[in-house]
Amino acid sequence: MKLFKLSAKDAIMMAVFIAVVLTMPIWLKPIGAGYPDLLQKFAIFGLFAIGFNILFGLTGYLSFGHAAFLGVGSYTAVWSFKLVSMSVIPAVIFGTVLAGLFAVVIGYVSLRRTGIYFSILTLAFAQMCYKMAYSVLTPITNGETGLRVLRDDPRVVDAMFGVEQNAVPVGELFGINMQGYPGFYFCAAMLILGFFIALRIFRSPFGMMLTAIKTNQTRMRYTGFNTRPYLLVAFVISGMYAGMAGSLMAVTDPLAGAERMQWTASGEVVLMTILGGVGTLVGPILGAGIIKYFENIFSAINESTLHQAFDFLPDSIDNVVVAIISPFVGDGWHLTLGTLFVVIVIFLPGGLVDGISRIRKRFSRKSHASSTTGASEG
Amino acid sequence: MDAIFLQVLNGLDKGGAYALIALGLTLVFGTLGVVNFAHGALFMLGAFCAVTFQFMMTASKQIKDESITFFDAYKEVPYLEIWFGHVGTVLIDWVVPLSIIMAIPVMLLIGLAMERGLIRYFYKRSHAEQILVTFGLAIVLQEIIKSFFGANPIPTPAPEIVAGSANIGALFGLGDSVVYPYWRLIYLAFSGLVIFAVFAFLQFTTFGMVVRAGMADREMVGLLGINVERRFTIVFGIAAVVAGLAGVMYTPILPPDYNMGMEFLVLSFVVVVVGGMGSLGGAVSAGFLLGILQSFASMNEVKAIIPGIDQIIIYLVAVIILLTRPRGLMGRKGVMED
Repeated sequence: MKLFKLSAKDAIMMAVFIAVVLTMPIWLKPIGAGYPDLLQKFAIFGLFAIGFNILFGLTGYLSFGHAAFLGVGSYTAVWSFKLVSMSVIPAVIFGTVLAGLFAVVIGYVSLRRTGIYFSILTLAFAQMCYKMAYSVLTPITNGETGLRVLRDDPRVVDAMFGVEQNAVPVGELFGINMQGYPGFYFCAAMLILGFFIALRIFRSPFGMMLTAIKTNQTRMRYTGFNTRPYLLVAFVISGMYAGMAGSLMAVTDPLAGAERMQWTASGEVVLMTILGGVGTLVGPILGAGIIKYFENIFSAINESTLHQAFDFLPDSIDNVVVAIISPFVGDGWHLTLGTLFVVIVIFLPGGLVDGISRIRKRFSRKSHASSTTGASEG
Repeated sequence: MDAIFLQVLNGLDKGGAYALIALGLTLVFGTLGVVNFAHGALFMLGAFCAVTFQFMMTASKQIKDESITFFDAYKEVPYLEIWFGHVGTVLIDWVVPLSIIMAIPVMLLIGLAMERGLIRYFYKRSHAEQILVTFGLAIVLQEIIKSFFGANPIPTPAPEIVAGSANIGALFGLGDSVVYPYWRLIYLAFSGLVIFAVFAFLQFTTFGMVVRAGMADREMVGLLGINVERRFTIVFGIAAVVAGLAGVMYTPILPPDYNMGMEFLVLSFVVVVVGGMGSLGGAVSAGFLLGILQSFASMNEVKAIIPGIDQIIIYLVAVIILLTRPRGLMGRKGVMED
């Protein structure tokens, strides 16, 4: 069976993935995440993490500057809203392509070095973009205020067709406003597209080549492969994913700020990928979802909600419990994030996907205690 | 001429901070082979040692204000003033330099605890994992400080006597326009002193000799029956102290907030890489060099030619150096070359 050139197993995986993503509003409702804003974030950061994983997961090159592409994508999309049209299609295309161009330049330079030097180079480029967005490039980025879409921007194409805008213009696709659930479904469609491409890359000879580079770059060179073009292509692809994610951010909320390019944002996507599982297909999406979910839930909790939650305990114990937990929620969400980071890297370097497959292996070993060897999990 | 001289001075004190942090980073990297992203957090912890010490020294008691007679007014009087009178006031004034006394043991303990508790499990892991775990640790430390001290910068003034500016120009016959805050001069001298002390320690003591030998060939030193690991743990402690002291003394220049470590960390990593991974001299000289370059780039004359250069100069230099001299300015052969 060759549907979209996928093997049967991958086709099933793809179908399950599509079904899971599209029904997210339904099955996430019981845990309080079934509202469009958060769902959009799941899809956008899922996309970002998939792209990052193509670089980090396959080639092992740890980039600390991917937020720059996210920012470039955002700014480009907003400019497309301002100058071309409120339609989201040109915005996403421009955002992705321009981020790709940036990735070509940054990647070409950074990939001359490996290891920590590569990380520092990408970090340096991202910091340059961030600092410039705040200082000299203010005419383009609007500095600290952030770039926003105004009613009387030119919008050449829209003006040609005489499209009128309301006071607060929003992105639209064939007349449907890209906010709320339509916005989520658009992002979800992009996520599915991104996942499909990633799946194809993982299964392709190109993907094998990247994995081989991760395993032993020197040997690849000795066998006569010039590894750099492959690395550059991987870098550009992952930069384009980041650009697309950035433009989707602008689609769902037409506003772009420089803080999206800060290096902590790059750190966040690294964490998402690690948490889910480096080099696995679904891991990064899982990681992105979990982090965004807990960020939303945890930062909404404050002391009074905690007191309510532990109401059933006697007062003295209640107070102690709340005092212990309260630094970790609300404003202290980052504390939880940092702790999670440390714990995951120490105890579960393979991420959640690795953890799940380990647990599964343990159970299957118990059930097939007499059988010979457990089949390796893909 | 005056302006150039002033910019060099301006660069030197910032460069001093970069050099101190980069020195610690390089020490840790050279000995333990660990890329420590939590080093900026140590700098921040040092600064908050000074803040804590200030809080302790100025712990106050409410006393009835005798000068106001219409109604009962109360004023806060620090215990130190109540107990020691004028001496107490002076002590409070000198809180920043005095907090060094507290910072050294505290930072040493924090450093040792960090190394024994977490870092040592990561010797054999990949650099990516080291970066990630220390990055996480840095976030944790930062958030703990934030939950105790809040998110706002806390002013910690320098002693009254050195609060003004020195007329440096007159000293060198350059005219009166060259004035410079005393505290920054002190910081410069202090960083020079600490750097000298660290180098002297490594160069002239037996302990330092073993550490240097361990940096060159760890296995060989181990085979000679020396417990290298324990010494390296102590080196980590020393690196933590150096970062902490840099933080303590920096508080009058920049009121500390919980985020200051991250800002300096990124810059000092760039400094380390420019200087050459694992080269102590490289780290120090690159620190001062980048500090001076940065202050030159923020001159208005330079900014008029290349706008925005002051924001990106350090990163730009780093990119150029990494591409032209892969080992950094003074990097040793065979250290992190891959």
